[in-house]
Amino acid sequence: MQPFRVHSGIVAPLDRANVDTDAIIPKQFLKSIRRSGFGPNLFDAWRYTDPGEPGQDPASRHPNPEFVLNQPRYRDASILIARRNFGCGSSREHAPWALADYGFRALIAPSYADIFFNNCFKNGLLPIVLPESAVDRLFADVAAFPGYTLTIDLPAQAVRSADGAVAFPFDVEPFRKECLLNGWDDIGLTLRHADEIRTFEARHLAEQPWL
Amino acid sequence: MRTLYDKLWDSHLVREEAGGMALMYVDRHLIHEVTSPQAYEGLRLAGRTPWRTESIVATADHNTPTTHWDEGIRDPISRTQVEALDENIGRYGAKAYFPFRDRRQGIVHVIGPENGATLPGMTVVCGDSHTSTHGAFAALAFGIGTSEVEHVLATQCLITRKAKSMLIRVDGRLAPGVTAKDLVLAIIGRIGTAGGTGHAIEFGGEAIRALSMEGRMTVCNMAIEAGARAGMIAFDDTTRAYLEGRRYAPKGDTWDRAVAYWRTLVSDAGAAFDTTHVIDASTVAPQVTWGTSPEMVAPIDARVPDPDRERDAARREGMARALEYMGLEPNVPIADIRIDKVFIGSCTNSRIEDLREAANVVRGRRVAANVRLAMVVPGSGLVKAQAEAEGLDRTFRDAGFEWREPGCSMCLAMNDDRLEPGERCASTSNRNFEGRQGAGGRTHLVSPAMAAAAALTGHFVDVRRLS
Repeated sequence: MQPFRVHSGIVAPLDRANVDTDAIIPKQFLKSIRRSGFGPNLFDAWRYTDPGEPGQDPASRHPNPEFVLNQPRYRDASILIARRNFGCGSSREHAPWALADYGFRALIAPSYADIFFNNCFKNGLLPIVLPESAVDRLFADVAAFPGYTLTIDLPAQAVRSADGAVAFPFDVEPFRKECLLNGWDDIGLTLRHADEIRTFEARHLAEQPWL
Repeated sequence: MRTLYDKLWDSHLVREEAGGMALMYVDRHLIHEVTSPQAYEGLRLAGRTPWRTESIVATADHNTPTTHWDEGIRDPISRTQVEALDENIGRYGAKAYFPFRDRRQGIVHVIGPENGATLPGMTVVCGDSHTSTHGAFAALAFGIGTSEVEHVLATQCLITRKAKSMLIRVDGRLAPGVTAKDLVLAIIGRIGTAGGTGHAIEFGGEAIRALSMEGRMTVCNMAIEAGARAGMIAFDDTTRAYLEGRRYAPKGDTWDRAVAYWRTLVSDAGAAFDTTHVIDASTVAPQVTWGTSPEMVAPIDARVPDPDRERDAARREGMARALEYMGLEPNVPIADIRIDKVFIGSCTNSRIEDLREAANVVRGRRVAANVRLAMVVPGSGLVKAQAEAEGLDRTFRDAGFEWREPGCSMCLAMNDDRLEPGERCASTSNRNFEGRQGAGGRTHLVSPAMAAAAALTGHFVDVRRLS
């Protein structure tokens, strides 16, 4: 996994609540057996006016000029801000895969759905929770200043604007923070406890032999 | 004093890490073709093998067609994904595999319980958000991502954190003609799609106790639509009666030992929950969603809400956007909404009781002329066989419904079953998101009885008024 330490980038505003994972990556793209290549179909139904199907040449598509990521000022965005309950619905990890493949490194929203939130950390994508008031401020600033960038400092757990006018602290679980900072693979970490798992398993299956 | 969730959590805790993360042991790992290929690939690339293949029950359901099984899977990309599952299970093994066209094949959340592969006291995971369904058996069951599928394959454990606990107590009885689906939609309407975020929900109370296992599965299935990864219901005689004699349920002395243990799988009297909601079952009417989120729901006798009357700006904007997508005007009676298609199926409502409930409404009547397609997709081969033994297939076919092969079908439209842009569907599935049943498609979530009634009249109607 790609480590995450300090990231600065252009911010794109997706001003919607309850953005579901079907919207992030529609079902027809879930037929792939790979982890990569989902970026061109991120938000497909909102981003293009023509119907999206697997295997299309992205250059042949018709971008919807109204959609935020198609606006020139947000084209190189790597930080997405959104409203509450982002990532609800389907557990598809294709959603964070698509966001990361597109080039997003971090998300900022007042809340996320649980499975999506968890999936992000496995893919070097940092989902930051900020209070509604802070998110409101970011939406206002992004709209006001073309090229608006933020710096996300994971070691310091802070989101800062380039001019220092905005500085919000954020929480992150210590375990997840360590994994992100180091780009650690969870499975390797868990397998360090393989003996404990075996001991637990032997007792558990003896107590409940029907399992 | 512990809640059911506390008991399930404690009995699977391998170790606790600093900061509240924990390693949780997984008893049952359900696998389907869409969220597993990358996990097996990861395992292979790292030179690892599955920890306990005896925990794995697998099937192909999302991509499989519901017609012309003799022709196989025509879409080459779907076929590749299903073949990848065949190959992975063939290579690494499983306790049970129900491949495409097997007589026990079906939706993963239907086949687990019906084969007795989902048992009380288990932790059950699957790369599928509707894994919450299995919580109906007093199990701790929840959906995971593909990286976690790989983690469970490699370690038999998950790194997770204990959720907060929520009790949704449903007092009294549901009125005749009002079903588990109406109840869970009403609950989501009340607490919202993020109401259960960060929580494990236990559903309890008289109305829940009175539900069949099929009804309980419908309720727990949609816990995720209330934002909760896990929903669960305490063990009782209804649970026991459902499981006894099922293929993978314990037998003989082991059964007796198991039942004795399962009896403890209830929340202790006086156990504390972080949050409690109380619902009066008698006030619940048949429900119909009108928007693009399951919380956008109303009773059948209501009208489409008017965004102008919503005071919260964000909600108002969300409502207006939803009505525009759905092609609906504010203040129109729900019962005046005409439909183009009907879908009876999905992991929410494709079990035998659901099909009986719909068939009882349909019997002796005809699908309305304006309904282009009304289809019934049984949840599994066993459900299909049972329904055919009871003659339900004839009831549906005689009325003008199509009777299909089992699978996820038009719940998420990964196969050929889908809505065309602008088409409006009465659907017994679980999500009415934009494009969920096909790009531009408009989904209204309802119970099987309400979907059947809508098929017959061509618009939504209170099934209790169809005599």
